Amino acid sequence: MTGEGLGRDTAPSPPAEAARPVARRLGWAPYALLLPSLVFLVLFFATPMFQAFVLGLQDRGGSWSLDSIQRMLADSKFRSAVTTTLAIVVLVLPIQFFLAMSMALVINAKLKGQSLWLYVFALPLGISELAAGIVWVSIFTQSGWLNTILQGLGIIDRQIIWQSAETPWLIILTVVIAESWRATSIIMIILVAGLQSIPHEYLEAAEVYGATTWQKVRRVILPMLRPSLQVAMILRVILAFQVFATVIALGGTGVTVLSAEAVRWANDIDNDHVAAAYAGLILMLSIMATALFLWLLPTREEQYA
Amino acid sequence: MTAEATTTRPARPERQAIPMRRRPRGREWLLGRALTYAAAVLLALFILLPIYLIFISAITPREHAFTYPRSLLPAEVSLNSITFFLNASGVLDSFWRSVQVAFITLVLALLIGAPAGYALARYVFRGRNTYRLMVLSTRAFPIVILAIPLAVTYLRIGLDDTVLGVALMHTALALPFAVLITSSIFVSVPREREEAAQTLGCNPLQAFIRVSLPLALPGLAAAAIFTWVISWNDVFAATILTLRNPTLPAKILTALTQSPIYYQFAAGFVMLVPSLVVIFFIRRYLLGLWGRVVK
Repeated sequence: MTGEGLGRDTAPSPPAEAARPVARRLGWAPYALLLPSLVFLVLFFATPMFQAFVLGLQDRGGSWSLDSIQRMLADSKFRSAVTTTLAIVVLVLPIQFFLAMSMALVINAKLKGQSLWLYVFALPLGISELAAGIVWVSIFTQSGWLNTILQGLGIIDRQIIWQSAETPWLIILTVVIAESWRATSIIMIILVAGLQSIPHEYLEAAEVYGATTWQKVRRVILPMLRPSLQVAMILRVILAFQVFATVIALGGTGVTVLSAEAVRWANDIDNDHVAAAYAGLILMLSIMATALFLWLLPTREEQYA
Repeated sequence: MTAEATTTRPARPERQAIPMRRRPRGREWLLGRALTYAAAVLLALFILLPIYLIFISAITPREHAFTYPRSLLPAEVSLNSITFFLNASGVLDSFWRSVQVAFITLVLALLIGAPAGYALARYVFRGRNTYRLMVLSTRAFPIVILAIPLAVTYLRIGLDDTVLGVALMHTALALPFAVLITSSIFVSVPREREEAAQTLGCNPLQAFIRVSLPLALPGLAAAAIFTWVISWNDVFAATILTLRNPTLPAKILTALTQSPIYYQFAAGFVMLVPSLVVIFFIRRYLLGLWGRVVK
């Protein structure tokens, strides 16, 4: 933009012009282009994050103390929020890994109408947590579709109450199914992109040596998918720790999770300090899970290059 | 699945013959193919059946919402659940608010993000990888940790409970995507043409507007739609940042526990439809948008 004019004016002589104006232009134009985004991220990302820690480490009066964290730990709903969140994370990951991997392998098998299959599998990508929760409410509610179908098939003889506060583990199961339905697409897309980058020669070589489909998946595809898997799993685990609207939609007040507790403290109890403590806890858990995946699925750094 | 398929095949001919080689596969290959189709159908049913069921639930008359067992083919079609939902107090207002928030988010995220994406795609400069990594790593931070302090700050500066306040928060969520997606789009637009335009007398800005922008436009539109979805779908931040002026998802969430079940069905359906339409429009970009973002 204006960098061009500047570069030309200062170029002293024709021989230097070949190198210098370009160097000049490259010198500051990219930084000017990055600047707005950097400013925005500092204001709306770095600052609030810093404030969250300040809030969490202060009491309501604004003086430094561990009071907010202690109130969080002592809260009657704290333990069930932690265990429910962890249960959802632990159940959702393997189910979604299996489903996403199956979808990706189906796409990679190049069936007829490949783009249509991809579209169908990717449909939930745009569906919100809340909408997904409500979709599955229509299935799991007492006079809903699941009971209708099970009774129609003669598997049950009376309606089962799936969403009772007395059986929180059933609610957790419904949340896990709804979350798997909603958020498998994103993992699938990442895995498909990863599969496409595996050179054909590797799979053909495996075929020449007589590898079965399972052996190809186990020995060639999975190891080569490692970078994609790592990214997909980290992304998913971070989002799973924030699970919120699906739980509210399916569980009501029957179960609670960490982010629902953060909202309760922020909106209903009006104590942003304890809410921030919950936010900090979610962040810590996310970081720990990320570190775990980096350790479990080590890859070379090249993927970031 | 196709356990023995490969061993029964004759020895492998020349490399060029690969497409030919595929045809004379044995029965096991056909079986494997059939199993793959079966898996594809099952997975597709898992995705599509719930969408069909909420659709049926939303278009049955609301008087029938509690009849059991339900019928998989609606005996009677009525939009009265949906009109009931849309006419419920505050729903239309929050619907328009959501549209506004999503629109502001889209404009801001692209205005701020696209230049950065362009810089990442076109220039080699010191700190390029650091910036990329930084933008990537923002995704590791939960919304919770941004929304709660922002609510406190907004209260102080008078942005609480406003459309702009929510839109700014959503822009923070969508910006990393906007940067990475636009960068992958500009990478796919050949820079040689831009350089050719510059040698023909365009300045870089003109070269960009006349040459690269038209080529990048479909991809940018897909990126724009995607940022719109990020904003349209957010429940958490909107719930924290609004009180009397909620967005649609925030409105529905707070109404959920006191509302009849047909209200919920209609609400789910109304939120679902735009998402399905959007994915249809950007379907060709799905792999490009997401696949490259993570690399």
